[in-house]
Amino acid sequence: MTIKGKAYIAGIFEHPTRHAPDKSTAQLHAEVAKGAIEDAGISKDDVDGYFCAGDAPGGAWPMVDYLGLNTKKLRHVDSTETGGCSYIIHLGHAAEAIAAGKCSIALITLAGKPRTGVMPPRAAGAEADFESAYGATTHNAYGMCAMRHMHDYGTTSEQLAWIKVAASHHAQYNPHAMLKDVVTVEDVLNSPMISDPLHRMDCCVVSDGGGALIVTTREIAKSLKKPLVRLIGHGEAMKGPRGGKDLDLTYSAGIWSGPRAFEEAGVTPKDIKYASIYDSFTITVLMQLEDLGFCKKGEGGKFVADGNLISGVGKLPFNTDGGGLCSNHPVNRGGMTKIIEAVRQLRGEAHPKVQVKNCDLAIAHGTGGLLGVRHAASTAILERV
Amino acid sequence: MSETKKYPAPVTNPETAAFWDAAKEGKFMIKRCTACGEAHYFPRSICPFCYSDKTVWEQASGEGTIYTYSLMRKSPTGPYAIGYVTLKEGPSVQTNFVDCDLMALKIGQKVKVVFKPTDGAPLPFFTPA
Repeated sequence: MTIKGKAYIAGIFEHPTRHAPDKSTAQLHAEVAKGAIEDAGISKDDVDGYFCAGDAPGGAWPMVDYLGLNTKKLRHVDSTETGGCSYIIHLGHAAEAIAAGKCSIALITLAGKPRTGVMPPRAAGAEADFESAYGATTHNAYGMCAMRHMHDYGTTSEQLAWIKVAASHHAQYNPHAMLKDVVTVEDVLNSPMISDPLHRMDCCVVSDGGGALIVTTREIAKSLKKPLVRLIGHGEAMKGPRGGKDLDLTYSAGIWSGPRAFEEAGVTPKDIKYASIYDSFTITVLMQLEDLGFCKKGEGGKFVADGNLISGVGKLPFNTDGGGLCSNHPVNRGGMTKIIEAVRQLRGEAHPKVQVKNCDLAIAHGTGGLLGVRHAASTAILERV
Repeated sequence: MSETKKYPAPVTNPETAAFWDAAKEGKFMIKRCTACGEAHYFPRSICPFCYSDKTVWEQASGEGTIYTYSLMRKSPTGPYAIGYVTLKEGPSVQTNFVDCDLMALKIGQKVKVVFKPTDGAPLPFFTPA
């Protein structure tokens, strides 16, 4: 059984806002749903599958009601919550549901207001008494990964900085990007240390906003007007300290989700023309590139240096919207925007200055949770037909 | 800052109560599986490696080395260093490093456990040995 080629992304929408003091979280979900539905050219009453994660107020059933989805038709829901990669996992699950005939038009939404609203606390896990007092945050959890990666492989802050530099080169062309200024390696190194060894510019932005997708069957996608983009491989995985045995923070669950997706797609990293790689921090990108097989473990620093991720300059154009590092990181969750920019590239709708020529194969990869503690990862391989 | 920092009291539950009871006596406990021989942390009743329920409490030496760390430069309670310590007994544990120069921490450095009070059971931390 495979989901290869069974599901098409027919609608995408990234909310242009990065700061939404005058909107509700549910409202943002509705606005991105409307955006994706209009992009696809369908009616909301045609939606028969709905996917959301922990950012959706109240979960699936309050959202289905609030959004006014057609409950006579809606026959598949999935509220898998795996942090920032939830939406990449949703994409795979939507493809599974479509392949199994459980739905034919799936809507996936993400939205929230970390800048101007209150973020709901996460429920405590079994580890809470043994970890919560130590103050693991995104910054220091990824800092711990970077520190060990530098120790084991000689990775440097300069190499990490190149990832931000590449993102900033792309963000200058995105009118909605929060940070549009092109920065240098020196700028990154001179920005304040937040949590060693990560500087402020190694960290992504915090933004209000959201995004949504419409995933559908081949037949329906062909009846619509957008270029055909389909999912041909998908993987998901999880990793944690697992009792503290053989702890290794230099790799992520991407080491498992990536090969699963590539195998299903029948392609290799060398075939990929464009890569959306979750960039909560620069180290996130570097580790994911290694884990996905774009370079060997430990060689990510060399791989990202000297502009290798800049579109039109390097070998692997990445995050051509400016990514989470410069453009948008809605609800502190980067998975949705990773898929959206990959679809733009495959459609030929990216900004002309960053559009990859003949872009027919792309990857969208994300992680959720804390790479330095416990997390999920998901990989999607997308193809223009 | 670490001397004045207020730490939350463990909630505790039936599975882990023995850990916190021992902590009150200054003992740092891990769990070991008598079926597969592996030690683990944080403690579970079922071995996460072989799924045996033959796990027993074992007092750990409280000694280990820093696997990694990150110094959070700012927080409402001041700078703090989070990290993992690989215990002599094998498992790596998440912790904070306390009572030391946080700028001088190094991967591979030897550390030992030290307990800090809460309104309930004390919490384990690590400090240079």
